[in-house]
Amino acid sequence: MSSREPAVLVLEDGRVMHGERYGAAGVTFGEAVFSTGMSGYQETLTDPSYDRQVVVMTAPHIGNTGVNEEDLESTKIWVAGYVVRDPSRVSSNWRSTGDLASALDKQGIVGISGVDTRALTRHLRERGAMKVGIFSGDAAKLSVAELLTQVQASPAMAGANLTDEVSTDKAYVVPALGAKKFTVAAIDLGIKSMTPEMMAARGIEVHVLPAASSVDEILALNPDGVFFSNGPGDPATADAAVATMTEMLQKKMPVFGICFGNQILGRALGLGTYKLRYGHRGINQPVQDLRTGKVEITAHNHGFAVDAPRDGDFDTPFGKAQVSHVCLNDDVVEGLRCLEVPAFSVQYHPEAAAGPHDSAYLFDEFIELMSTSGKVRA
Amino acid sequence: MPRRDDIKSVMVIGSGPIVIGQACEFDYSGTQACRVLRDEGIRVVLVNSNPATIMTDPEFSDATYIEPITPEFVERIIAKERPDALLPTLGGQTALNTAIALHKNGVLEKYGVELIGADVDAIERGENREMFKKIVAEIGAESARSVICHSLQECLDAVDELGYPMVVRPSFTMGGAGSGMAYNEEDLRRIAGAGLQASPTTEILLEESILGWKEYELELMRDHRDNVVVICSIENLDPMGVHTGDSITVAPALTLTDREFQRMRDVGIEIIRAVGVDTGGCNIQFAVNPEDGRLIVIEMNPRVSRSSALASKATGFPIAKIAARLAVGYTLDEIPNDITKETPASFEPTLDYIVVKVPRFAFEKFPNADSTLTTTMKSVGEAMAIGRNFTEALQKALRSLEKKEAVFSWPATKAEVNIVELKATMGRPHDGRLSLVQLALWAGVSPEEVFDITKIDPWFLDQICLINEIADEVRAASQLDYETLRYAKRHGFSDLQISRLRGLTEAEVRGQRHELGLRPVYKTVDTCAAEFAAKTPYHYSAYDEETESIPSDREKVIILGSGPNRIGQGIEFDYSCVHAALTLREAGYETIMVNCNPETVSTDYDTSDRLYFEPLTLEDVLEIVHAESAAGKLAGVIVQLGGQTPLGLAQVLKDAGVPIVGTSPESIHLAEERGAFGRVLAEAGLIAPKHGMAASFPQAQAIAAEVGYPVLVRPSYVLGGRGMEIVYDDAMLADYLERSTEINVDHPVLVDRFLDDAIEIDVDALYDGKELFLAGVMEHIEEAGIHSGDSACALPPITLGASQIDRIRKSTEAIAKGVGVLGLLNVQYALASDVLYVLEANPRASRTVPFVSKATAVHVAKAAARVMMGQSIAELRKQGILPELGDGGTLPDGCAVSVKEAVLPFGRFQGVDTVLGPEMRSTGEVMGLDDTFGVAFAKAQDAASGALPTSGTVFVSLADRDKRAAIFPLMRLSDLGFKILATSGTADVLRRNGVKCEVIRKAFEGTGEAGEPTTVDAIMNGDIQLIINTPYGVGARLDGYEIRTAAVMKGVPSITTVQGLGAVVQGIDSLQHEESTVRSLQEHGADLDRLRAAQRDSLLASMKEA
Repeated sequence: MSSREPAVLVLEDGRVMHGERYGAAGVTFGEAVFSTGMSGYQETLTDPSYDRQVVVMTAPHIGNTGVNEEDLESTKIWVAGYVVRDPSRVSSNWRSTGDLASALDKQGIVGISGVDTRALTRHLRERGAMKVGIFSGDAAKLSVAELLTQVQASPAMAGANLTDEVSTDKAYVVPALGAKKFTVAAIDLGIKSMTPEMMAARGIEVHVLPAASSVDEILALNPDGVFFSNGPGDPATADAAVATMTEMLQKKMPVFGICFGNQILGRALGLGTYKLRYGHRGINQPVQDLRTGKVEITAHNHGFAVDAPRDGDFDTPFGKAQVSHVCLNDDVVEGLRCLEVPAFSVQYHPEAAAGPHDSAYLFDEFIELMSTSGKVRA
Repeated sequence: MPRRDDIKSVMVIGSGPIVIGQACEFDYSGTQACRVLRDEGIRVVLVNSNPATIMTDPEFSDATYIEPITPEFVERIIAKERPDALLPTLGGQTALNTAIALHKNGVLEKYGVELIGADVDAIERGENREMFKKIVAEIGAESARSVICHSLQECLDAVDELGYPMVVRPSFTMGGAGSGMAYNEEDLRRIAGAGLQASPTTEILLEESILGWKEYELELMRDHRDNVVVICSIENLDPMGVHTGDSITVAPALTLTDREFQRMRDVGIEIIRAVGVDTGGCNIQFAVNPEDGRLIVIEMNPRVSRSSALASKATGFPIAKIAARLAVGYTLDEIPNDITKETPASFEPTLDYIVVKVPRFAFEKFPNADSTLTTTMKSVGEAMAIGRNFTEALQKALRSLEKKEAVFSWPATKAEVNIVELKATMGRPHDGRLSLVQLALWAGVSPEEVFDITKIDPWFLDQICLINEIADEVRAASQLDYETLRYAKRHGFSDLQISRLRGLTEAEVRGQRHELGLRPVYKTVDTCAAEFAAKTPYHYSAYDEETESIPSDREKVIILGSGPNRIGQGIEFDYSCVHAALTLREAGYETIMVNCNPETVSTDYDTSDRLYFEPLTLEDVLEIVHAESAAGKLAGVIVQLGGQTPLGLAQVLKDAGVPIVGTSPESIHLAEERGAFGRVLAEAGLIAPKHGMAASFPQAQAIAAEVGYPVLVRPSYVLGGRGMEIVYDDAMLADYLERSTEINVDHPVLVDRFLDDAIEIDVDALYDGKELFLAGVMEHIEEAGIHSGDSACALPPITLGASQIDRIRKSTEAIAKGVGVLGLLNVQYALASDVLYVLEANPRASRTVPFVSKATAVHVAKAAARVMMGQSIAELRKQGILPELGDGGTLPDGCAVSVKEAVLPFGRFQGVDTVLGPEMRSTGEVMGLDDTFGVAFAKAQDAASGALPTSGTVFVSLADRDKRAAIFPLMRLSDLGFKILATSGTADVLRRNGVKCEVIRKAFEGTGEAGEPTTVDAIMNGDIQLIINTPYGVGARLDGYEIRTAAVMKGVPSITTVQGLGAVVQGIDSLQHEESTVRSLQEHGADLDRLRAAQRDSLLASMKEA
């Protein structure tokens, strides 16, 4: 047989799957989650929201178009591990500058291929996201019992604060394309590069700030609005970001949040968050805009959600608010809108990358919100 | 918004006969639509001329009209039924065109019928090239660049913009004459120069060439609230230049980045909105330049299409079903996803498997046709396979084709492979090219070079390299261990392929595999990659870890389908399989369907309790049997209904210990094996035409001498008359044997006395071991010798008397008993000089079962399935599944006449002779139903190929042997007001008999000095409305060939038999003198019920008297 190196995948509950090494050899742990997108593996891998997660791809063929410089959503691959069924042996695309297996290997990402990813997905669907370990190289030679002990000892996702791991160290600016119309401070909780690009394309100069930036530092930019990005970890731990959000709401600063940002807004409004059994990860999720009744096909990557009343307005410390979007698959809250302060957020990814562009209008709504709200002075 | 309550009845138009490019996928979509609408409490009025469809079974609609799909007939049905709305998007182009015609001529408005699911302006925007191109530009997307030029200089100036190669198309030339591809300036000067001259407007269109680009298709749906979803992306393995129906296609798209895919999706959504597809589905084709990703929109279909059927089967998202709901007012989010039942339909399916569709061609039936694949579709069917990766899906799809040359194989050494020849031939797209690519790659041609020649994406080429490498590994392995075997199986290798690589038998490989505990698991098609639990058991095999197929404790029956459509085995067999599934489900069995044809109703997951989308090979079926045997009792496997494909598996399945339901494999053999069948006939005192079997020319010659010419020759064990010919002398016989390379001692040729001038009779019957139910006796219009599938026929038989039918009944019963039939039996008889000859008997469902069911208003297929499971005909009569008394041989007086007519694909294959013969070449059929034969026949002609002319000019050219029989009908034609043109010989005979006619020049004589036209000229000028041209037997067919070819080009009805002439004259006579009716099958059924009751009463009365 060819030079296929064995690898083992061990789940926290003891389920074991054997496959072959993919990417780097070694050991990795994380939260096992599955993603159902059929395209956009490079965007997925480089999405900081996947920090500490071992991603199972339900699409069987991964790596067909190789990797390129343009489709990166951040500067590195964030997934803790990668599980695929049939990795590509060649890269076939005019933009390709390298192959995926080498990129994984180079960045030390331990993966496994050849496993029954559908069985694994069904397992996670029935039993929920859980800890997992992937072992290849020498580690694969240990007994399953030993590997299981290691997996069970690894840290859990619930209660994890990962913002510091993914946030930028230094502020940077993404300039507006064409004439600059607005300045936005984007709090980087794990931001994807497409998000500032979407804003820049609409004439926004985006100042991406470290998550730890103080309110004064934010206001010093004299922004027209503040953006709270997506990001990994348990929103229940994100007290600092929630505090910043609260101050912005008090100042009636126009605010837009995506994903983790939605959960931060939810918490600032006094809502709770909870962990979904196996989360939403894919690019085919139907979300209904409750204001218009229209359905958008959207990109999702969230393991937690906001708990809010779906019918009618509800009271918050900042006046009335409402659930603006829900996922039609399971009624999970997918968007919040404040009615008395200029703030809204969505749980999914209007910036797509990977995924459909149906929800790009939300960036226009952010512009609209900034246009109609008075400028907040420091 | 829930469904509209102002729509109480909807007319659905089907797609008519199966033709190339419009096949049984529309039975699937139409059947779904009818079901959905009736579930909504809406009265459904269906029009479809095709009796072989499931949708035209009376139980699927409230009023079913098997009438020609023409504006005239549909208007009459509208006038009678007064539907509130018309849904035209589920019956292909035929339905759409008819609906548009009814809109344009004001009929819809007149009767207050609303067009739903389609908007005429939107259809025009989608289908009109110029308008569509404009829309594409308006939304900021691109079509292929083109420039209109009026001089050579303008052409040369256009080179900068378009680049070489470019397509040159002269404007307004006949059939696109003068078009060509210019690769350089020299070509351009030559082609464009000639083109400018050829064009009446001195105009040519230059278009950039997108040959060799990657080709994609998106299936989209939109609801009336403007929600749009992409159901499926399909990637063509064959690059641009090959019709997508003829391409190997893959779902989902595999070689696009998300950016490229989303751009395509954005453009697709913009187009469906800009075109304004109201509600429902559409597909849009794209081309992508592999060098820079440039995206070009090719075209759209603003309706449900063949691709949407494929996409439905590929994703589990039932497009037609949803489209029907959207048309009556629902929105996507209001409709639950059929498979999960909990999530809504307003989402985009995601696949965790790969689907490969491969086309099936029939070039062997049309040896003169050009087999190069172009933008005109030529395939007659397709197979689809699902696997957990591309290699598995591809290899399963290839073996599903049931063509041994389609399956990858490896010669003993690479030196045997002629690389030079492969390179030279694989550039031309044609059936079988992929095998050449595979061999070339195996023999060492680099993927880069293969890409240069074929433009097949390097990713696909690498997958084929992978298959080749695995083959080498399997061959080189010291032993067939678990790892090696598993590796091969995970990439789709069959036991048979492995056995060839290892020099073992298939059974040995299977034995070793089972010993190693290596069996497939069955995964589920669930639209959502397992994110939600699936409630619908739609399965495919994979060599993976976990199985999802859970057989219950109930008693099961497995029904084997008929595989890809081909000429001779199509929708008619699917019809019987579907009915078996439905009726046995009702009878309490757990029904399990196995098939690999994505176009069919049988592969709709709603049809049976469990669907396995799998190849119909011994290996694949045995594994399903094994999986299903895990729980509950397996009553057996039904092989009798799906045609030759499952029948061919009967004996091997039985040998493997699988119970076969119905007629036993031994009995099947008894009917198929000449010698054994001869003994059955002899015992029953029945006669067959004299015959013999030969393995060489001298043997054949001896038999021919004994039985007398003409003789019918054919290979043994064939379906659809493959390779069958009528031979008139020793020279032709020698020629035939020379061409039939596969004739040998194991595969002898059958030589039968050919019965000239015999009436051919087709019989379908049911036998339960005791009682015979004569389901239908069909009298062929054409004489024996024309394949029954290509011949028109009438039921009840139009010229047979009660005593003849009685002889037929007794003979059929004797055969059924002698063979040991349990279930269906089809017998073909020839009646010559009042002697009844048995031509052949097939103990299985026949092509005519659906026609017989409709003509006699009896559920023949359902009854057959129940008989196979052990019920008696007497019981079925009691249950009302069969009539209380009598059968298809005792149809009461006053029963309407049904005529079946074949539809031939000659329009697709230019240059192919249209003369009918013993080899079947029709793709589909229609039915005409009316009070008399003449009207029913005229209707069938109208439905098949256009209305018979009621006035005008007839051209006649007859073979000598036909002249006598033709005089009377031609005289009648003349009386009916037709002008008759004839070739000189025919004219002489006609004049002598007092038939007025004029002589016209033969084609080879050329146009006369004073411009007198030849027959071909006259046809091309549109001066001839009907052609009667019977072939001259041996040789001298050339003139006829040209005439018939011109007739195909101009769409002039062309009659090639003297019996056909008689029927046509009767039809024309009826059109002039009788009123046709439109009557639904439900009315026909009620009429028959009434007539049968009266027949029974009078019978009882006469018994009393006696």
